[in-house]
Amino acid sequence: MDNSKPSKDLFVPVDLKDSESERLTRPSLSFWQDSFNRLRKNFGAMAGIVVLLILILMAIFGPYMNKFDPYSQNLDHSFIPPKVPVLENIGWLGLDGVETAIIEGETVESAMTTVKLRMGPENAEFVETRVISEGGNGEPAKIEAKLDIYKAKNIETSYWFGTDSLGRDLWTRTWHGTRISLYIAFLAATIDMVIGVIYGGVSAYYGGRVDNYMQRVIEILVGIPNLVVVILMILIMDPGILSITIALTITGWISMARIIRGQVLKLKNQEFVLASQTLGAPDNRILKKHLIPNVTGLIVINTMFTIPSAIFFEAFLSFIGLGLPTPTASLGTLIDDGFNSLQTNPHVLIYPAIIISLIMVAFNVVADGLRDAFDPKMRE
Amino acid sequence: MARYIFQRVLYMFLTLVLIATFSFFLMKMLPGTPLTMEDKLSETQKEIILEKYGLDDPVPIQYLKYMAGLAQGDLGISFQFDNREVTDIILSRIGPSMQLGAQALLIGTALGMLLGLISAIYHNGFLDYSSTFVAVIGKSIPSFIFAGLLQYYVGLKLGWFPVALWGTWEHTVLPTIALAMFPIAIAARFMRTEMLEVLGSDFIQTARAKGVNKFGVVFKHGVRNALIPLVTVMGPLAISLMTGTLVIEKIFAVPGIGEQFVISITTNDFPIIMGTTLFFSFFFVFIILVIDLLYGIIDPRIRLAEGEK
Repeated sequence: MDNSKPSKDLFVPVDLKDSESERLTRPSLSFWQDSFNRLRKNFGAMAGIVVLLILILMAIFGPYMNKFDPYSQNLDHSFIPPKVPVLENIGWLGLDGVETAIIEGETVESAMTTVKLRMGPENAEFVETRVISEGGNGEPAKIEAKLDIYKAKNIETSYWFGTDSLGRDLWTRTWHGTRISLYIAFLAATIDMVIGVIYGGVSAYYGGRVDNYMQRVIEILVGIPNLVVVILMILIMDPGILSITIALTITGWISMARIIRGQVLKLKNQEFVLASQTLGAPDNRILKKHLIPNVTGLIVINTMFTIPSAIFFEAFLSFIGLGLPTPTASLGTLIDDGFNSLQTNPHVLIYPAIIISLIMVAFNVVADGLRDAFDPKMRE
Repeated sequence: MARYIFQRVLYMFLTLVLIATFSFFLMKMLPGTPLTMEDKLSETQKEIILEKYGLDDPVPIQYLKYMAGLAQGDLGISFQFDNREVTDIILSRIGPSMQLGAQALLIGTALGMLLGLISAIYHNGFLDYSSTFVAVIGKSIPSFIFAGLLQYYVGLKLGWFPVALWGTWEHTVLPTIALAMFPIAIAARFMRTEMLEVLGSDFIQTARAKGVNKFGVVFKHGVRNALIPLVTVMGPLAISLMTGTLVIEKIFAVPGIGEQFVISITTNDFPIIMGTTLFFSFFFVFIILVIDLLYGIIDPRIRLAEGEK
């Protein structure tokens, strides 16, 4: 059979009824339903949301999960390594409450002396040592020393994340710090949002001279590095949760105001706004019913990007000595503490560092996901 | 164009004067004087010390004197280091900061571009997802966390590079990597988006149709066109590195401006805080100016729009 010339009777016209072609094949979705469907398909964003929910729940309930409180000190129990009841049997996790160190010395004897000093003379009988290399020929002697502090100090309970230099339980302090960091970030983001939306909305909606003046103010503020403003503000106000929040919001609202202004400028000249104006709707109603709902997506996305940057700045300020005063714990102050004893007790740094990283990654991933979901055109 | 540049430079100086005024009066509101053991000093001694730091005049005169000094590059005398000029201290510490920043910026952007390129070529493949993952990590996790990890695992446990301090090029390795993570992430994302757009355009199709091989299409026709917009992200990156150097220098004990700034905050050395703040501001404003001018050169539409005003 000649394939290049199909016979005409193979083709049958399909009868298309007018009523059929007009029927919708699927239910119409609202903007939010459509966005949510897109978000649900984004694995990264959904994982980010789950991680965030877990972290927020832990920030709320974590500090009450054991009997310690974040401020009580116990100098006798300083720098206890972490120990978790079931996980202690999995060696590589390092949650068995055993302090391990590899000590070098010129000879085995001198290394042994260092071991004793390092682990504390009073714990000598609990230290297990193993000679890795004898040394000699210019090579140093190496000794692996292990000390189960829980046994040596006869501690019954387990510190899940260990303790810091003052013997405070790091599990409670870490979750307490997460709570404070999140609180500062949410507060700063909310204030940024309110100021930014109002400023940008008013500037764009009224336009003309109002817009002109308001934009000049923004131009001057943008020229000042926010790092400098934040640091100067903290220097004047005493460091505290509120003053850090205020310092963060002084320059934080500008990007929101600019984005909202751009969007409102675009929206206010569209037909539906004109229609509403023709029908006699007051400015107030147009702003509330037509403009704000149309920029909600953008507001949500931008706020989701503000939160991690606020968390970063809080940690950053703690790091350069302008953070919350002691003994308040925030992720920043905990990390700063951790660096002071990084060499001998890395566990002080590692847990707050993991949590701040998780928060930052999760917020960024969720924000990216939301941006893709709300406006597929903006997708990178 | 000349008028545009002039206008921008004028704006830059206005901003700087504003920042200087603003921070000067903020500093005046702060508690604390250079008198460390106030009780033990006699009235005359106090007067001599106050005069030395120019604190005996009324505030408006102090302000005028400070601004006059500023115009000549004189930022006053440090409280902490006896008789040392703030300008000298800043100048002596500029080298390490600049070196770290430049290394991180260059290495970071180069690596980031490579990652973004790989992403775009293997779009939606395993390599794309891996490098996107790296980009998300690099963008989200603060540089001081990377610094801590590098210092502990690479510096202390493996002992490959010095843990801290400054001297040979080996000392610069860890701080540079920690700083470079952010530029890597940003450049990778940017390059990926740009390359995807360029690779989807008509002239690439034409090149393919002409029989140019894959390598030629990507490098000769693709990368060159994706590169131009990348210049625009370099400025914001340089500014973000400025923030990064503050903490990185503190962690790795690098004798740069950032470290001095952090130390001065803890010792209440206001002339240095003020001087470094102004220095950072100048750097910031200068970068913004350069970016604006570059935009104008790269994209003539912006220049035209400004000219019509």
